Amino acid sequence: MSSKMQSSSSMAQARLMVQQLRMEARFEGIKVSKASSDLMRYCGEHAKNEPLLMGIPTSENPFKDKKPCTVL
Amino acid sequence: MAAEKAEMDALKKECDGLRTQIEAARKGVNDGNMSSAAGSATDVGRVQLKLRKSLKGHLAKIYSMHWSSDSRSMVSASQDGKLLVWDTHTGNKLVAVPLKSAWVMSVAFAPSGNLVASGGLDNMCTVSNIKAASPKTLRELDAHTGYLSCCRFLSDTEILTASGDTTCCLWDLETGKQKIIFTNHIGDCMSLALSTDENTFVSGACDSLAKLWDLREGTCKQTFSGHTSDINFFPNGNAFVTGSDDCTCKMYDLRSDQEVITYQDASLNAGVTSLTLSNSGRLIFAGYDDFNCHIWDSLKGEKVGVLSGHDNRVSCTGVPADGMGVCTGSWDSFLKLWN
Repeated sequence: MSSKMQSSSSMAQARLMVQQLRMEARFEGIKVSKASSDLMRYCGEHAKNEPLLMGIPTSENPFKDKKPCTVL
Repeated sequence: MAAEKAEMDALKKECDGLRTQIEAARKGVNDGNMSSAAGSATDVGRVQLKLRKSLKGHLAKIYSMHWSSDSRSMVSASQDGKLLVWDTHTGNKLVAVPLKSAWVMSVAFAPSGNLVASGGLDNMCTVSNIKAASPKTLRELDAHTGYLSCCRFLSDTEILTASGDTTCCLWDLETGKQKIIFTNHIGDCMSLALSTDENTFVSGACDSLAKLWDLREGTCKQTFSGHTSDINFFPNGNAFVTGSDDCTCKMYDLRSDQEVITYQDASLNAGVTSLTLSNSGRLIFAGYDDFNCHIWDSLKGEKVGVLSGHDNRVSCTGVPADGMGVCTGSWDSFLKLWN
């Protein structure tokens, strides 16, 4: 790449970067405390349906190896 | 020349100013972090999961695995040059897909269960129909100029890829052509995760940035700094977690535009290779180079358990849609199922 092409492509990149940063700078964030409490609330609401937290009864465990039964 | 230099200087100055502005805005809403807020959350206690199955079949390092949406089938990829589709309830192998290139880095299951996709150092994403009598290559998506690090189906007709060429790409599987190319990263893209609403996705790259993209417009909406390696969404779509070779994991909240907690432990000196969340988002399962998968309380930032049993690096982890367990895959060539 000639140096003129190089400088015009880094110019193009710099322009794109400015455009991107201008867009990102317009973002209005919410407070971290609110974001955290919303995430906590989600976890709380779904915890009771969470098999890895609540435990899985052996009879309902899909991954447990099923041993063959012997009829005595 | 002088005019060009003047413009470059002005652009650089504006970039610096904007970056400072963005950081100030983040500080402005930073009124605390997650672990302090989570003081009131109930403790999860010690999470002790048992090894239920060891899936033996691959002959070399496993690099990637992905659950089917039916929570029963699962596909794994190994550098032995094969994809294996497993029935995780019985431990049986359902399908073996031979790969043209053994250097596979990523595998994905389509939500329909009909297709799988894989790719790696061949720079391509190969899509196969596994419901045919014998696996049939449907498409070879060939346009990336770097390795394929990650792929995820939106449906049987669209797939998203991340590449070492620093771009992500949305492909039309009916034509085999690129629909949208996502450019903004300046380092190899290592991972991507789709939001549940399927309008956005996040990507992690070697430029230490994570980016949120609008899937349909192709634009980068937000950029988060500090991390790379693996990435995954929190179930409500408002946050995502990343794991890095700096041995830590982090959670970022989209709405406050910043990191809200770091998961680190002085005794953990191994890089994070992969991570996944439990269905409620409370637990993070992170695979490390120390051969273990450590379990973190996502809210309190504490280690609450460990899955030990692999004889080499844990390279991939995944929780099925029904949340009934965790699968870990390793360079030791085994996949293990725990719950």
